[in-house]
Amino acid sequence: MSLRIVVCVKYVPDATGDRHFADDLTVDRDDVDGLLSELDEYAVEQALQIADEADDAEITVLTVGPEDAKDALRKALSMGADKAIHVEDDDLHGTDVIGTSLVLAKAIEKAGYDLVITGMASTDGTMGVLPAILAERLGVPQVTLLSEVKVEDGTVTGRRDGDSASEQLEASLPAVVSVTDQSGEARYPSFKGIMAAKKKPVESWDLEELEIEADEVGLEGSWTAVDSAAQRPARTAGTIVKDEGEGGKALAEFLAGQKFI
Amino acid sequence: MAEVLVYVDHVDGAVRKPTLELLTLARRIGEPVALALGAGAADTAAVLAEHGAVKVLTADAPEFTEYLVVPKVDALQAAYDAVSPAAVLVPSSAEGKEIAARLAVRIGSGIITDAIDLEAGDEGPVATQAAFAASFTTKSRVSKGTPVITVKPNSAPVEAAPAAGAVEALAVTFGALATGTKVVSRTPRESTGRPELTEAAIVVSGGRGVNGAENFHIIEELADSLGAAVGASRAAVDAGWYPHSNQVGQTGKSVSPQLYIASGISGAIQHRAGMQTSKTIVAINKDAEAPIFDLVDYGVVGDLFAVVPQLTEEIKARKG
Ligand SMILES: Cc1cc2nc3c(=O)[nH]c(=O)nc-3n(C[C@H](O)[C@H](O)[C@H](O)COP(=O)(O)OP(=O)(O)OC[C@H]3O[C@@H](n4cnc5c(N)ncnc54)[C@H](O)[C@@H]3O)c2cc1C
Ligand SMILES: Cc1cc2nc3c(=O)[nH]c(=O)nc-3n(C[C@H](O)[C@H](O)[C@H](O)COP(=O)(O)OP(=O)(O)OC[C@H]3O[C@@H](n4cnc5c(N)ncnc54)[C@H](O)[C@@H]3O)c2cc1C
Repeated sequence: MSLRIVVCVKYVPDATGDRHFADDLTVDRDDVDGLLSELDEYAVEQALQIADEADDAEITVLTVGPEDAKDALRKALSMGADKAIHVEDDDLHGTDVIGTSLVLAKAIEKAGYDLVITGMASTDGTMGVLPAILAERLGVPQVTLLSEVKVEDGTVTGRRDGDSASEQLEASLPAVVSVTDQSGEARYPSFKGIMAAKKKPVESWDLEELEIEADEVGLEGSWTAVDSAAQRPARTAGTIVKDEGEGGKALAEFLAGQKFI
Repeated sequence: MAEVLVYVDHVDGAVRKPTLELLTLARRIGEPVALALGAGAADTAAVLAEHGAVKVLTADAPEFTEYLVVPKVDALQAAYDAVSPAAVLVPSSAEGKEIAARLAVRIGSGIITDAIDLEAGDEGPVATQAAFAASFTTKSRVSKGTPVITVKPNSAPVEAAPAAGAVEALAVTFGALATGTKVVSRTPRESTGRPELTEAAIVVSGGRGVNGAENFHIIEELADSLGAAVGASRAAVDAGWYPHSNQVGQTGKSVSPQLYIASGISGAIQHRAGMQTSKTIVAINKDAEAPIFDLVDYGVVGDLFAVVPQLTEEIKARKG
């Protein structure tokens, strides 16, 4: 039987750009280029490797995001995913993690799945909680923050390197897996891959198709509210000295002045 | 006064510092009730009481260690049902965030992660967060349900505030999902004897400029002279010079110490994401144009192999 893998990928503002908030305190997406969250490339990569090991597997990449989020799907398709689903709806603007997870869970159920793979965290919101919430909503095991993952005979195993210990985990499919940037370099799309991606199907779904009411998502429907966002004041220019042989001593003097010594 | 549920992070009864900081924040919005799970849970009571916990709920079961995350969510939910708190506070560790997030969905609430400050507001607790690699500061609230908020280490002072801290056993029933993900084996991380990276008051980090695992002792010796934790950039970790558990940055640990010393680190945005909220920042880099110098309170343009050992010697001399 075919292994159905759904990979969740997020379209995010480029971290090397000048990221900021729009007037309604949501992420300004107009002034900064968007791209496939770099940490989700690791999720796509692991999906491709798991599919390679399986007899028969199909990889669907899924995103919830504005029109341009198709770019993120194209990138994942050019890496080798088979098809894509784009959940797009004007009412989604400003959705928080509870709302986003609701939309993703409904879309995953509608698509059909044996395995869901996500990144460890997005590079914009960086909450790192969506995979756990998805597992809760879908009612399946969470096998998260893996730096090594393997799927065999309906079982997923993996290594989770935590703060105090490294754990070997095991769960039966269906399951939600998230992978870290330690899981293995993500491949670059080949020219062939980029050409092939253009022909791969990208479906667009809206909220109605997922039977979600507009007031369950979006800025209005959010479970959280952002009251203000302020740019951190630029740090006042520090003292910078060139080492002419006494740089370490001068630094010690500074640290002593700050009472660190 | 409203009760605030605080999830306790402890190792065999030894409460970790971020939990004591949570108690300080909890007292700003109500009366802290602590929940401690697993082996040694009851041993946490004395120190929690000393820092303001009016009650300490405890539970232990093999499920907490044999299965991932969900048994702890079941316990937190049982505590939530027993207390009906005005807010739930959880330390922002990877596991803490997952526990908090699953609870939020179960109780129909919003969640705020990685708060760096918390205060009482007219419409419930207001959390401060650092966004976009800490280049922005936001103030947010949970607007539906009971606020569930995870808080980063070093976000509040640890303050003594003696309270009753009465221990009560909590009855926990595990749901069907609790045994979904089995922990087949666990290899504890070896202790270096140095302070915990995320909790340390001083962090000394090395990057690609350290140029080899065999040179990291220079960084370690400086750290030890200051009683500091050791950090590393991803370039140093990827090269295999230092363990990933010491990585500072977006995909490593996020630190917020009183003093951060970066040696041979350029200051890429992903590194800054993990250290930009440090109080005082110092860098040693031979490239005067390195972006890290935009952040520093004090920078030395120079070769770290000359500057760092001299600094270490000078600190040792001054400390006698
Ligand atoms: C600076 C900032 C702070 C925020 N703080 C909060 C907050 O405190 N509370 C809150 O409720 N919301 C918050 N949000 C909104 C939140 O980031 C989004 O709702 C988001 O889609 C889910 O959280 P995340 O991206 O941080 O997910 P994470 O949990 O970090 O993402 C993990 C993985 O989930 C998948 N994923 C996440 N989003 C999508 C998507 N849209 N489509 C497909 N896959 C996805 C990806 O695989 C990703 O790697 C914040 C947003 C920003 C920009
Ligand atoms: C999705 C993603 C996540 C990432 N997460 C992280 C993260 O969590 N943490 C992180 O650190 N990075 C992270 N990175 C990587 C980041 O972009 C940089 O590549 C990395 O931080 C560079 O490390 P570095 O500063 O040590 O190396 P470099 O950028 O190579 O800088 C080395 C510096 O050392 C200086 N130097 C060299 N020799 C000497 C000497 N003898 N004396 C003094 N100075 C010297 C050089 O002038 C240079 O400035 C991430 C990247 C991506 C894409």
